[in-house]
Amino acid sequence: MGIQKNRKGRLNRGREYWRGMNLVLKNPLTTFGLGVIILLIATAFLAPYLAPYPDQGRGLSNLKERLVSPNLKHPFGTDNLGRDILSRIIFGARISLKAAIAVVLIVIAIGVPLGLIAGYFGGKIDEIIMRFADMILAFPSLLLAIAIVASMGPNLLNALIAVSIPWWPWYTRLVRSQVVSLKEMQFVESARAIGASNLRIMFRHILPNCLSPIIVQATLDMGYIILFLSSLGFLGLGTQPPAADWGVMVSDGREFFLEQWWISTFSGAAIFVTVFAFNLLGDGAREALDPKIRWRFQRT
Amino acid sequence: MVRYVIRRLMWLVLVLLGLCAITFILSRIVPSDPAACYLGPRPRPEQVEKVRVQLGFDKPLYIQFAYYLRDLSHGDLGESLRTHRPVLQGIWEHLPASLELMIIGIFIALLVGIPLGVISAKKENTAVDHLSRLFSVANVSMPAFWLAMIFQIVFFRWLEILPIMGRIDTVVSLVSPVKDITGFYTLDTLITGNWTALRSALSHLVLPSLSLAAYSTGLIARMTRSTMLEVLREDYITTARAIGVSEGEILFIQALRNALGPTLTTAGLCFAYMLTGTFFVEIIFSWPGLGTYTTNAIFLNDYPVIMGVTILMAMFYVAVNLLVDLLLAVADPRIRLG
Repeated sequence: MGIQKNRKGRLNRGREYWRGMNLVLKNPLTTFGLGVIILLIATAFLAPYLAPYPDQGRGLSNLKERLVSPNLKHPFGTDNLGRDILSRIIFGARISLKAAIAVVLIVIAIGVPLGLIAGYFGGKIDEIIMRFADMILAFPSLLLAIAIVASMGPNLLNALIAVSIPWWPWYTRLVRSQVVSLKEMQFVESARAIGASNLRIMFRHILPNCLSPIIVQATLDMGYIILFLSSLGFLGLGTQPPAADWGVMVSDGREFFLEQWWISTFSGAAIFVTVFAFNLLGDGAREALDPKIRWRFQRT
Repeated sequence: MVRYVIRRLMWLVLVLLGLCAITFILSRIVPSDPAACYLGPRPRPEQVEKVRVQLGFDKPLYIQFAYYLRDLSHGDLGESLRTHRPVLQGIWEHLPASLELMIIGIFIALLVGIPLGVISAKKENTAVDHLSRLFSVANVSMPAFWLAMIFQIVFFRWLEILPIMGRIDTVVSLVSPVKDITGFYTLDTLITGNWTALRSALSHLVLPSLSLAAYSTGLIARMTRSTMLEVLREDYITTARAIGVSEGEILFIQALRNALGPTLTTAGLCFAYMLTGTFFVEIIFSWPGLGTYTTNAIFLNDYPVIMGVTILMAMFYVAVNLLVDLLLAVADPRIRLG
């Protein structure tokens, strides 16, 4: 059975994806990754209810209990301003996810239209856009981001921009490769025959058909973006205090960490577990989606 | 081949021009005044004005950019706004420390990553394979600065067997100082036969290079595993088994030789990536390398240093990529560059 189109002329891949999803979940590690991510999202949403000390999570200091080691009241201890680390980490999940989602949206907003244009029109425009994208990809991305924030001044907004600049070309490439094959399909031709404008064809007919790979890619990128952003935060180039950013917390804890090891250790562990979960999910998804590997997967 | 290299080099020039333009524009839209930076705290207005003219900050942006490019073409990266020393000199002094770390790091990554990938492929879908894959994913997911701190707590604070920071023990450096020949402490001490210093330098290298190697180890193991899986399915491997070649030879000689290409490409990328990775490791271990030099500049808003380091690193990055591609083409007749 080939891929079918539904009434709106979109390719019906629902069943295909369901099969893919089943394959993804066959691997216990992938399921574990997915579970952690769902837990993380829930934590971010419910932060004020889950955090034992929500005010401290938001940045309120409590100087009576400075640098308390982990105990029943503060399972992960407190930092130099007496704030409960667990609450900070829970609120940090919010910031990390929000920031990562913001980056993904910026990247999609820049990369996808450019990819659409490049793939749809081809020729000179295609050449210019893709060469520019290649040029950006030729730089070491973290270094480029550091240089950008360092020159523009450290704050969260600049960090988001700085991470997006080296990232969008991946989406342009991805979308372009899809568009190049999609634009030869019959539904595009018939849309053109009834007189649809280029813009309409691009956004109403072609774009909906490349959404799935974009979404998959965006999910997989989340982990790296979080790692990236927390690295910037660690350098003091991202989120600014008193907001609870995991990278910033690791860096704050550095001053004390030989004695008060818990501050940096737990906040760094939060970064690690999150990125680890996203990478596990990503590996699983890639295996399930790559037909060459899928065969190997089904056999066992 | 020659034409290919020329084309790639021209591309490199274009890429660097773009990078210069981006960092230049960004560094000039910041509200901070570079002339005031140059003078240090609390300058007088007429002083600032004088320096602004002297350094060319009064000119339009595109003329400043043209000046910068002109100097750059002579190998002049300008001078630091804070120390008033040439940027190139600063980079040159800090480079060996970083390179030493990176070279040892990439060796560790190759020595651990390749065997891990090979064994993982051999034992596909067994517990060994799952464990080693988990290990590689974990390595890729770990923030280097966090791993470095964990190492410090475990090996310095708890086990007390390794030093926490610097390139060499202060006492050792006073009693038997390292003669500066290459800037690589391990090499310099080897050449001069300074064994106490060598031992101290090596023990200082362990933790930083391990932290730096983690990410690359994961990537290399992953890459080796997936290419080995493909190679092991080829007919010539079956033939080799049939004629009774030992399994060890099949794995590590016959198969690995053909699987090495993508692995080495990955290693090249990793090595180039380490230039940025070393920033984080150097901060944690107070390692006097490029990372420390640059992060200091970032906090002081010393943009000639930031730009100079960015440009040189990008050059290095692109050059390493080119070199890896060329080496592969030389080593593997199946690859044709065009």
